[in-house]
Amino acid sequence: MKTRNYKARMVRDYLIIFIIGALLLYPIIWMFFATFKDNREILGSIKLLPEHFRFDYYIQGWKGTGKVTYTHFFINTFLLVLPTTILTVVSSALVAYGFARFKFPGKKILFAILIATLMLPNAVIIIPRYTLYNKFNWINTYLPFYIPAVLACYPFFTYMLIQFLRGLPRELDESAYMDGCGTLRTFMQVLLPLMKPALFSAGLFQFLWTYNDYFNALIFINSVKKFPISLALRMSLDAESVVQWGKIMAMAFVAVVPVMLLFFAAQKYFVEGIATSGLKG
Amino acid sequence: MKQKKISHYKTRDYQAFLYIMPWILGFLILQLYPFMASLVYSFSDYNIGAKAEFVGLKNYSKLFTGDNEFWNCLKVTFVYTLYTVPGKLVMALAVAVFLNRDIKGINLIRTFYYIPSLFGGSVAIAILWKLMFLDNGVINAVLNTLHLPTVQFLGDTRYALKTICALEIWQFGSSMVMFLAALKQVPRSLYEAAEIDGASKAKRFFRITIPQITPIIFFNMIMQMIQALQNFTSAFVITEGGPLKSTYVLGMKLYKEGFSYFKMGYASAISWVVFTVILGITLIIFGTSKFWVFYGDEGDF
Repeated sequence: MKTRNYKARMVRDYLIIFIIGALLLYPIIWMFFATFKDNREILGSIKLLPEHFRFDYYIQGWKGTGKVTYTHFFINTFLLVLPTTILTVVSSALVAYGFARFKFPGKKILFAILIATLMLPNAVIIIPRYTLYNKFNWINTYLPFYIPAVLACYPFFTYMLIQFLRGLPRELDESAYMDGCGTLRTFMQVLLPLMKPALFSAGLFQFLWTYNDYFNALIFINSVKKFPISLALRMSLDAESVVQWGKIMAMAFVAVVPVMLLFFAAQKYFVEGIATSGLKG
Repeated sequence: MKQKKISHYKTRDYQAFLYIMPWILGFLILQLYPFMASLVYSFSDYNIGAKAEFVGLKNYSKLFTGDNEFWNCLKVTFVYTLYTVPGKLVMALAVAVFLNRDIKGINLIRTFYYIPSLFGGSVAIAILWKLMFLDNGVINAVLNTLHLPTVQFLGDTRYALKTICALEIWQFGSSMVMFLAALKQVPRSLYEAAEIDGASKAKRFFRITIPQITPIIFFNMIMQMIQALQNFTSAFVITEGGPLKSTYVLGMKLYKEGFSYFKMGYASAISWVVFTVILGITLIIFGTSKFWVFYGDEGDF
């Protein structure tokens, strides 16, 4: 009797989990099938599956606007996102090492500042940053994305890596010093290999955030030739008087595919990154 | 002996400055300077390409008394925050509590539930949302099939903001993952003891589960509040602030004034209002935290 009850409860739980999951993912699934539909099929219909699978919208959409194709927009996106991600991880790791492993004068205050900047809203610094970059002639280049990454201006990642380093035993450093290693070598050869999962998590999140970011791209990039995908998508929505939704959805779907692939390939790091950085916060 | 040890480490410890140098520069040039500069701009009529003049409190007085958009923006932003932050937290907590049990495939389930959160403020998803909630979009098609009337999700001032909030709440995944991790940390012995004492399920939830995870709730609340008060993309892409400015959030006003009309001084004043609001609410949450946030152990550094 008891086991039957248990089984019934299991079935019920899985059913609830499945229904919630289906509701949550329905928009994405619907988006995928919408890429094969014309406006008549998309609007005013509850049907999920298209009448036929055709790839015209992908081909038409990929041509982009004017002379710039999505090949170009994708290249731009990766030119913007990849260096930003790598530079963020490198600089955050170095700064985290400085904070986590040394006792230096002013450390308490500097660390407090680092924590405070975690909560510094982008809105309040964006205007002077714009004028600064404008003076340096950096508008319409990717430098407004690279330079903050070089200068470790993403305190979230620095903080996350500090927390991770604090979890590694200091005896490791001590024995490396005994063996005659300097601080840089200790960091590069002893600590860095152990930090891999945390570095990976930080990189993934920075990739994701920069890839999805629209506001900064909108402000700092203004020629179509340099547009990343986010701006290109918004432009294609505005470009036509009669919107061909299938075409727009095709390109929107293409834009979310890299993110999903990355997530499935590395989901362990995503989940661990969130769980640990949040828990210690 | 002790003295010697300190002096021995001193030279090495100074090397720390080499490692944190990028951040010190970044902080001074790209965070502290812009922060102070925007405060100074906010007292001027600064404008790209023109000479800035000090105008005192004019920007602020115009904002608070002369600009009829501003109070509406502030209200819309507050409503957005009041819907999305608790909405997301409750959703995340409910799902996390439900998933926090011994079932097979929990990792896979967690992964799938996280998917919507991957897209954050992405334009692609904002466009998808817009299409789905059109008057003749798929959501209305579903409503009509259920013999319910068409709802103007994007065209009616009563629903537009809620539609945008729904997009935000849909992305509750990262809070959910944090809650799940926190729930695993709650000592089982607490529940066992409570069960022996005959505490009901609801009582166990409110007296054990919730207090044990308050640090995570606290962290999420602050981070999401900061994000929500600066929201831009969804309002900008989905409704463009409309209809009748019912989704015209402060982030959008800041963008319009600063980067469409290039009234940088005025936009800086808006940015300081945003900052002050964020600071105020953060301080209130911090101030009340001693009454409701429980730390098991004090972390030291």
